[in-house]
Amino acid sequence: MTAMPPNKMLKELKLNHIAVGYQGTPVVQDANFRIVEGEIGCLLGPSGCGKSTLLRAIAGFEPLMAGDISLDNEVISSSETTVSPEKRSIGMVFQDIALFPHLSIGENIAFGLKHWSKQEANARIDYLLELVGLAGYKDRYPDSLSGGQQQRVALARAIAPKPKLLLMDEPFSGLDAKLREELVPDIRAILLHEKVSAILVTHDQAEAFAMADRVAIMEAGKILQVGTPYEIYHEPVSRFVAMFIGQGDFLPAVVCGANCVHSDLGEIHGDMDHGFQSGEKVDLLVRPDDILHDDDSEFKGLIVSKWFRGSYFLYRVKLPSGKVTYCFASSHHNHSIGQEIGLTVNLDHLVMFPIEAKA
Amino acid sequence: MSTLTHTHPTSRQRSRVSLLKVSAILIALVLAVPVLIIAINIFLGGSDVWQHLYNTLLFDYVSNSFLLMLGVTFGTLVMGVPAAWLTSVCEFRGRSLFSWALLLPLAMPAYIIAYTYTGLFDFAGPVQTFIRDTTGLGYGEYWFFEMRSLGGAITMLSLVLYPYVYLMSRAAFLEQSANTLEVCRTLGYSAPQAFIRLALPMARPAIVAGVTLAMMETLADYGTVQYFGVTTFTTGIMRTFYGFGDLAAASQLAGILLLFVAVLIFTERYSRRKISYHASGLRKASQRKVELRGRYGLAAWLACAIPVIAGFVIPAGVLLYWAVFEAETVGWDFIQLSWNSFYLAALAALITVSLALVLAYAGRLHPTKGVQTAIVTSGMGYALPGTIIAIGVIVPLAWIDHRIIDWVKYTFDQKIGLFFSGTIIALLLAYTVRFMAVSLGSVQSGLGKVKPSMDMAGRSLGCSPAEVLRRIHVPLLKSSVLTALLIVFVDVLKELPATLILRPFNFNTLAVRAFELASDERLVDAAPASLMIVAVGLIPVILLSRSISSSAH
Repeated sequence: MTAMPPNKMLKELKLNHIAVGYQGTPVVQDANFRIVEGEIGCLLGPSGCGKSTLLRAIAGFEPLMAGDISLDNEVISSSETTVSPEKRSIGMVFQDIALFPHLSIGENIAFGLKHWSKQEANARIDYLLELVGLAGYKDRYPDSLSGGQQQRVALARAIAPKPKLLLMDEPFSGLDAKLREELVPDIRAILLHEKVSAILVTHDQAEAFAMADRVAIMEAGKILQVGTPYEIYHEPVSRFVAMFIGQGDFLPAVVCGANCVHSDLGEIHGDMDHGFQSGEKVDLLVRPDDILHDDDSEFKGLIVSKWFRGSYFLYRVKLPSGKVTYCFASSHHNHSIGQEIGLTVNLDHLVMFPIEAKA
Repeated sequence: MSTLTHTHPTSRQRSRVSLLKVSAILIALVLAVPVLIIAINIFLGGSDVWQHLYNTLLFDYVSNSFLLMLGVTFGTLVMGVPAAWLTSVCEFRGRSLFSWALLLPLAMPAYIIAYTYTGLFDFAGPVQTFIRDTTGLGYGEYWFFEMRSLGGAITMLSLVLYPYVYLMSRAAFLEQSANTLEVCRTLGYSAPQAFIRLALPMARPAIVAGVTLAMMETLADYGTVQYFGVTTFTTGIMRTFYGFGDLAAASQLAGILLLFVAVLIFTERYSRRKISYHASGLRKASQRKVELRGRYGLAAWLACAIPVIAGFVIPAGVLLYWAVFEAETVGWDFIQLSWNSFYLAALAALITVSLALVLAYAGRLHPTKGVQTAIVTSGMGYALPGTIIAIGVIVPLAWIDHRIIDWVKYTFDQKIGLFFSGTIIALLLAYTVRFMAVSLGSVQSGLGKVKPSMDMAGRSLGCSPAEVLRRIHVPLLKSSVLTALLIVFVDVLKELPATLILRPFNFNTLAVRAFELASDERLVDAAPASLMIVAVGLIPVILLSRSISSSAH
């Protein structure tokens, strides 16, 4: 395998204030995003937020209205030029898998290897089939494979020509939950093993967190926040991000110091300045795991519903103020609905937003 | 900029795409003209001939067409539904053979089966001769049914049109899961009761759709009713056109026929809508077939064998016998006819399928309302009788021709012939209008298999658009394009009324010649041409039956 074309590794993909749209109407506006060597990025957002359009722009299927996209410091898309998709060295995996039904699995994978010698191409196909766990499927046809197997072939086909970057458009959404759980870590492992940088588009937060090093949250054509999954979950920059990612509630609170608020659950201290003025009324984000069950606490809540999750209980409790919130408890603390339990707050960062002006 | 980049492609792409879009709309406009002209004629005032028709013959046309449709409905139901149910739900000797053989009569044009049976059963035919010889009775001393009657026409049309009902209801029966029928059994119904209470009502939309298709063909038929002397709309249109030379009155008759067809199209669409509703969620379950033995098995065998034998085996056998042993030996004339038919059909197929490709690609790359409307409009002619289309084609073409002739006469002082209406251009236009929907359907379903993401996958794997076309589209589209070509080719070969009206002077095809010879009572001499048509017509039927038997496994 010595004569194979060298792996053209990605150094950096950069989206610089780009706008993409159809018939003059922008679908994505002022988007900035970057991804570096070996990284797996993710565009996460509800359906219709423009994430697929953004991905298609990176692939070269949509021209830009403004801004530019550069791959290793070379502009591949701007409002004036669009390098054709076939000249970008960017691979893509599609939601509907899109294997070519008239070609065998081996021929599908070989599709992008047209400049390779037969010998090299065959070696590459065998290697990739082994890698995706489908050795021996070379001469089968796509319609004889299950959905999960087809998606593995699609991945092998996309990375076969050693693209600088791999784009994946909702690659798991057509598969059932169990298969997805199996496939996601597998594919991440394959990408890391092949040292392929990738961008995944999904509306599924679990998928995003399981795959990505860097996540961009999108809504209504805008990128709201870019960060690691940890940052996005614990330090959301807006109410939308806070509620889109994970479960949680907003507790009304009053600021009582540079890193402290007063709420229904007493005074809560964070580890960073929050930037609000004392006396300001705010909504404090509390995640289910921020509020713990504590028999000794002076703060009480009434259980309104509960879920047994094996290793823990998740309760929904009503505070004296009438506000309802989640509460974590160890699996030994089995209380019944209607019972009053003690609550204690355990959170590092205070994430809060000005009270929304609403009727 | 590096060598990787090139000038922005969007402006170039846009102009190419809009060329496609403009072509699609132009095609639709041209193909819509014949239909629109007939439709407009419904609302125009009548001529003297029209008044005469209205007073004398119109009632005959309406009542005969109506009785014919009624009879064919009954006939196709009686032959189609039991056969469909038996071959899909039951198991008996010969079932797998019948499941495809029942389609064979599709290859038999109604006018051909009509004169074949006439030759067999009329006074001079072998059957009556045999009766006379064995009984010693003479002319008028015994009763024998008259082939050339309304009843005969109904029988002939039913024999070749029942496959529509068979096909549609068979698909419906196969889709009904065994579970639903078993639920019916557990609720206390016997198997025959389950059929009547459940299977039949569930298949009803499909059966209605099949019957509607058969009725459309019945309305479109000209050869059979003309040969049998049954006056219907189509014969009326021909008579008005040739006999009275009154294009306006002919168009007006065609307009009324168009109303009939419109009602049928509506019925068919409506019942199809219900089919998709019924089919959703019912996956084909591996069904245990009801085994029929003894006299039940024999009854099932007969129910399937009679339509096949009467609708195909006998007429095809008779044609073969006549063609081989009794007809004049085929000569240069026959080769000329075959060549005419062949190149006409091939040209029509090529034109229709090329235009269908343009329309389908316009619809794919430009899914705008305008293009969608263009596609629907282009397919409008699919249910229209050839006579209507022919009249709709000749009216505008003759108008244009006369403008051209006048213009040439005054400008150059020269006399020229009819450029459009007197040449095969008129025929080709009529065929394109008539068969666009068929080829469009096939091409579109083929193109539907090439998902847009496959184009993108190809591009992202390093292929230029031309390469994507060559390496992905061409191989994936090949079979459906070939199917479309084949279907149009065969349909053109069989087409009679439009060809009769529009053919250039002294230009004959196999279908026209067969019909003319038969009309001149030279039934035997018509056999070679007919046999040729039936043989070519068998090809798509065989393809269809192969796809049926492969989906059954």
